[in-house]
Amino acid sequence: MTDDTVTVFERSRPGRRAFTVPTTDVPEVPVEDLLPAEAIRETPAELPEITEPELVRHYTTLSSKNFHLDEGFYPLGSCTMKHNPKLHERVAALPGHARLHPLQDPDYAQGALELMWKLQVALGEIAGLPHVSLQPSAGSHGELAGLLLTRAYHEDRGEQRTKVLTPDTAHGTNPATVTMAGYEVVKVGTAEDGGVDVEDLRAKAGDDVACLMLTNPNTLGLFDRNIEEIAHIVHDAGATLYYDGANLNAVMGIARPGDMGFDIVHFNLHKTFTQPHGGGGPGAGPIACSDRIEPFLPIPQVVQAGDGFDLDFDRPKSIGKLRGFQGNFGVFVRSYAYICSLGGDGLKDVSEVAVLNANYLKALLAAPGIKEYLPIAFDRLCMHEFVVSGRGAKEKLGVRTLDVAKRMLDHDVHPPTVYFPLLVDEALMIEPTETETKERLDHFAEVVRAILDEAKDDPQVARTAPHTTPVRRLDEAGAAKRPVVRWRPAPDG
Amino acid sequence: MSRYTGVTDEDLRAMLGAIGVDSLEGLFADIPESVRLGREIDLPPGRSEQEVYEHLAALARRNRSAEEEITFLGAGMYDNYVPALIDTLLSRSEFLTPYTPYQPEISQGGLQVMFEFQTAISELTGLPVSNASVYEGPSAVAAAGYLAKLETKRKRLVASRGLHPHSRAALATHAAGYGMEVVETPLDEEGYTDAEALAAAVDDDTAAVFVQQPNFLGTVEDLGALVEAGKRTGALLVCAADPIPLSILKPPGELGVDICVGEGQTLGNRLDFGGPSFGFFAADERFIRKMPGRIAGETRDVDGRRGFVLTLQTREQHIRREKATHNICTAQALNALAGVVYLSWLGKRGFVELGELLLRRTHYARETLGLAAINPGPVVREFAVRVPDLDAVVARARDAGINPGYRLGRDYPEYPDGLLIAVTERRTKDHIDRLAEVVGAAKPAEVGV
Repeated sequence: MTDDTVTVFERSRPGRRAFTVPTTDVPEVPVEDLLPAEAIRETPAELPEITEPELVRHYTTLSSKNFHLDEGFYPLGSCTMKHNPKLHERVAALPGHARLHPLQDPDYAQGALELMWKLQVALGEIAGLPHVSLQPSAGSHGELAGLLLTRAYHEDRGEQRTKVLTPDTAHGTNPATVTMAGYEVVKVGTAEDGGVDVEDLRAKAGDDVACLMLTNPNTLGLFDRNIEEIAHIVHDAGATLYYDGANLNAVMGIARPGDMGFDIVHFNLHKTFTQPHGGGGPGAGPIACSDRIEPFLPIPQVVQAGDGFDLDFDRPKSIGKLRGFQGNFGVFVRSYAYICSLGGDGLKDVSEVAVLNANYLKALLAAPGIKEYLPIAFDRLCMHEFVVSGRGAKEKLGVRTLDVAKRMLDHDVHPPTVYFPLLVDEALMIEPTETETKERLDHFAEVVRAILDEAKDDPQVARTAPHTTPVRRLDEAGAAKRPVVRWRPAPDG
Repeated sequence: MSRYTGVTDEDLRAMLGAIGVDSLEGLFADIPESVRLGREIDLPPGRSEQEVYEHLAALARRNRSAEEEITFLGAGMYDNYVPALIDTLLSRSEFLTPYTPYQPEISQGGLQVMFEFQTAISELTGLPVSNASVYEGPSAVAAAGYLAKLETKRKRLVASRGLHPHSRAALATHAAGYGMEVVETPLDEEGYTDAEALAAAVDDDTAAVFVQQPNFLGTVEDLGALVEAGKRTGALLVCAADPIPLSILKPPGELGVDICVGEGQTLGNRLDFGGPSFGFFAADERFIRKMPGRIAGETRDVDGRRGFVLTLQTREQHIRREKATHNICTAQALNALAGVVYLSWLGKRGFVELGELLLRRTHYARETLGLAAINPGPVVREFAVRVPDLDAVVARARDAGINPGYRLGRDYPEYPDGLLIAVTERRTKDHIDRLAEVVGAAKPAEVGV
């Protein structure tokens, strides 16, 4: 059993165990006397039988096969893979937070409610929109909340609107959210300079449009210089302007979505506010909004009441609940600790350095020997991220963006986001974040150069990369064609 | 420079020089002056790590956690024991700090965890396909409603009042978006879902029927009968389930349930004042290409080695955009890891032993308290009683360091004096007896009234 791809189920041996059940201190009434026969499970769930030492080794071994942020550079565009301060795990684990029941009477949860209130105030100030709900579970859930708020707002005014505008550079969650919220997606084009095509927007912003969902800076890492005009067009049409906060890390303390004219914002606490990403969650996606949207926010709302804090369920125009309880409180603890650590000037420093790092790395990649193969998609000052195209490498070296990315794995750096945004051919979307030092950025540029130099001599190395990882390229098409999505014991005999 | 950024003066000069701008300010030239903040963000100044720790610890002390009282609060989240090895494993940076595994060659650990998690959930629910987690319980219910819409194109959803109030609320909120109506059906006089009323509420335009096992009051439903009543017009049957009692209760999949969803907090996750935990989503094979969220699949690499990848991604938002089967992106991978480690820790026999302990303690508690049962039939984990003079009893329990449970009145006006009492493996016979004393002490006072 040395193969480290063996599942925990295959490590099972009858009779082994890691768990000892607490003493049965109540009468041992037969299960048959307490449950009707037709409700009783006949065959136990096939869970592993394994000792604690083997269980710990199994998952420790698995963990060693993950590249992770604490190990190295992770410039995954639009994901804001910044350092996760270690203090946050300690404060989140305090029993007063970790063992607090979500239905505890507010009188006995004043610390938690105060923390949520202060986080709401801070997020509202950062966004320039005063009303905050922490409830949504992740960015996409916040987006959905934003469109449900938009629907409620228009319905309250007796308006029926059917369309939502999204730029063709939008994150995939935007159009997916539009459909789930019962609207039709209408795409808005991108202008020469990478911003929204204002004339296209003007033509499409009719009275059937409910909302424009926008990221600013957008997924090209570019701040839309026409944002005020865009906001006017959207508001003149009676629609709401929604801010996808995935790229908020670029503008904290510099410009606020509310001041740009946005009505609703979501925050990705697992991006901008350091919640560790956990290999795919948990996150949290609080929303902030303007006065006219406020009556529709989800229930409950954390409110000030006398000297303390309370949960307000009495909100007649509310869209209701998006999920159970009050949201991902453990995430709120970490993000609040982060804001306390940095303060207002520290948050501004975050955005300044995020933008500095991105522009510096962009300058390094614009050097001869790299730019011929990976040209910058929109060569102007970027914000916290930028996009290069692998077009040159594909045409001149015969290596695709995928190959360049896979070869990076052999250099112990995480590749950028690839093949997104869609309007850039062979895109690589690079977001270094503020927590990387100049040396790390220099090293990444050297890695890129080394990969390209190597490809000039022998493109096959990149085409067949990675070579040093626990597995090499995997058959994804086969996996999708004949899905094996759970382990099953081999048939007897 | 904050303690998380490291640009020295020398770095700054070199970096600005390479970029070709004179100052940091120059980097933001694209932002129109008129939308600039032009002042500091109005927040308290930054503090040292130690000061932040003290501040957060002071806030935590102002909460009364399950560490400081004997709690019988449940209603969807429970004061379970989380084994130490979960703390050890989840705090490993290798699990804590990666992104979603978009590069499978350097994410085999996380991907195999997802595959193992899916296997465990599939075993619990008796359904062949599980995803790798969704946000949490009630929104998982709403996600099942959306799948039913995509699958059936029908317009109505029918939900038993035995479904958690938050699940019914989240279903209604989401359904308002995707354009469906939610109809509620009642519980009967013994706290079971009224199967006849359910059958009557289901029509040809019903996309899905929602029940919960055990239901919100802790009643072990006659799930087979509800499946029969709910599916008679071709609607999908969605069962929300507490995963721990599935150790001893017949798996929903064996009884004809199409989709089983639920809250995963009880599987090795902390209370955390309501999250993060995880939701699970398991379904019949025929829905595999309409499932929400990430799914890990087994495959081979170019050298023939076993490996795991995210699969069936053409369902997902980053590929399919407006045609995606759900908008979910980031879910709850770390919490799901806690789930599969916890289930492996319990193991095949321990899982059953734990379920039986809860069953026995739940029934012992109900008998010992001796209060009028709202749901007198079989219960597990939780049960509901009528408590005369509820305010006084709750106050007395609080004084004795006991949180006696969840008051049903807010969600169920039909039970104004109802108390929902939850039992976990942490609530011993001694705890239950102390609750009984507090409740029992009410009786002489009532005689005097």
